[in-house]
Amino acid sequence: MERSSLSLSQQTGHASPPATAGCGHDHAQNHDAAPVANALISARGLWLRRGGRDVIAGVDLDVLPGEIVTLIGPNGAGKTTLVRLVLGIDKPDRGEIIRPVSTRIGYVPQRFEVDAAIPMTVEGFLALGWPVPAKDIAKALDDVGARRTAHQQLSKLSGGETQRVLIARALLRRPNLLILDEPASGVDFAGEAELYELVGKLRDERHLGILLVSHDLHVVMAKSDRVICLNGHVCCSGEPEHVSQHTEYARIFGPKGASSLSVYRHHHDHAHDLAGEPKPLVPDDSDGRGS
Amino acid sequence: MLSWPEPFVLRAFLAAVGLALIAAPLGCIVVWRRMSYVGETLAQAGLLGVALGLALHIDLTLAVVIAAVAAVGVLTMLGRQRVVPLDSALGLTHHATLALGIVAIALAKGPGIDLMSYLFGDVFAVTSTDLIWVYAGGAVVLAAIFYLWEPLVRLSLHEDLATAEGLNPRLTRAAFDLLLAVVIAVAMKIVGILLVMAFLVVPAVAARPLSGTPARMVLLAAAIAVTSTIFGLWLSLSSDLPGGPSIVIAMCTVAAISLLAGSFRQG
Repeated sequence: MERSSLSLSQQTGHASPPATAGCGHDHAQNHDAAPVANALISARGLWLRRGGRDVIAGVDLDVLPGEIVTLIGPNGAGKTTLVRLVLGIDKPDRGEIIRPVSTRIGYVPQRFEVDAAIPMTVEGFLALGWPVPAKDIAKALDDVGARRTAHQQLSKLSGGETQRVLIARALLRRPNLLILDEPASGVDFAGEAELYELVGKLRDERHLGILLVSHDLHVVMAKSDRVICLNGHVCCSGEPEHVSQHTEYARIFGPKGASSLSVYRHHHDHAHDLAGEPKPLVPDDSDGRGS
Repeated sequence: MLSWPEPFVLRAFLAAVGLALIAAPLGCIVVWRRMSYVGETLAQAGLLGVALGLALHIDLTLAVVIAAVAAVGVLTMLGRQRVVPLDSALGLTHHATLALGIVAIALAKGPGIDLMSYLFGDVFAVTSTDLIWVYAGGAVVLAAIFYLWEPLVRLSLHEDLATAEGLNPRLTRAAFDLLLAVVIAVAMKIVGILLVMAFLVVPAVAARPLSGTPARMVLLAAAIAVTSTIFGLWLSLSSDLPGGPSIVIAMCTVAAISLLAGSFRQG
């Protein structure tokens, strides 16, 4: 019984084209099973069963160079689990992860509470594991706006500083794909906006692919090219606007989530008009891919 | 006070100082990874090892290493269960191994077994063979720790990050647990089952408030351990006190002062 209902949800998740009828805006996952040619990482048909339930049920995922893909979903939706699969920390029960040899991943974990028992300066942490010239460390800290933390103890940093230092460490690996799991957890509201600003800047300057996990919606959306709404399976995905109008999305996040998004959308339109900044957004993501 | 030291005194100093040096880096990792109680359980599994060695007529140190490694396996499995928190599970194994060990020793009933000497050790009864274990075994352990150092520090900081960066956490952990088992087995004869972990943990704790980097903490822990060892043994000889406990008291005194100073500075 359970199995059959789950395979149903799988179909709504990354269904073959005819099944999208009820899914008006859901096109992002509708490419064929073949991985996208220039994807930094592709996942196909991932399943992971833990404690008698499918935490991840038939999930497909692609991140392209220069693209910010945001993974949203309620608590327990499997966001972190999916990231762990993508990173290779855990192995899926079924499905595959295609990671081209050219892909270098920088990872920023969700919680990084350094035990006060471990003495470690920020500098020491950034050089830990591989030799890094001192000027590279200074540059990496500059790039993330955390230069003054260089000599501080890791366990004494604020939430926002910790995240920046983690991003600096990730950048020192010269990644072309940056994976950030809830980077704004433990960061105040202003810091949160700044952090996403930084992520957007890194994408623009370095053409990184970025996979971002979040549970809060409105701030995250500002920079996302594509949003994937996860709840075990992929409920819906596409441009932020499309996802926010999706019925499945509204069902999961309720009217409050939807309204916070509409607030954001207004803000976004406004900024877009003023700056006239050409965003690499196309109305339909799958079309954008195909061309 | 002391004229030219007698051989047993010299052996005691050499063994205890060697042990202090080996224990410093492992002790720091134990503190960082919150493994004090894991270590206690391994140490107490040592009694089972002694019983095993007596029953099978094999080298006792080797038997203790085998028992401690087996205990590592049990603890690893315990670490995967989610029914009770790990510290409760360790509370169970900690006492279970001690009780089982004492019973096993009673059953093995070799001629003239002195349970107390296993529980508290006798640093002045160290033999030349023990010294070889300390220095040859210690050299191997230190070389291995040096090789594994950065992976171990990265695992202590954040296991998922280290894994995502390409480390093999299971292999690294297993290697460290094995080294810990060897050091505990070697140290047991010298300081006894009940005080082994003090040799690892206490100098590391004493060094923590005075250290800003992992390397400095290890060096300081080693310096504190060696100084306390020499002072403790001198105290023991001059006042006719038990050797191992005197060393541990010296270490704990340094740690208490260091922690007090550290918390004053913080407050």
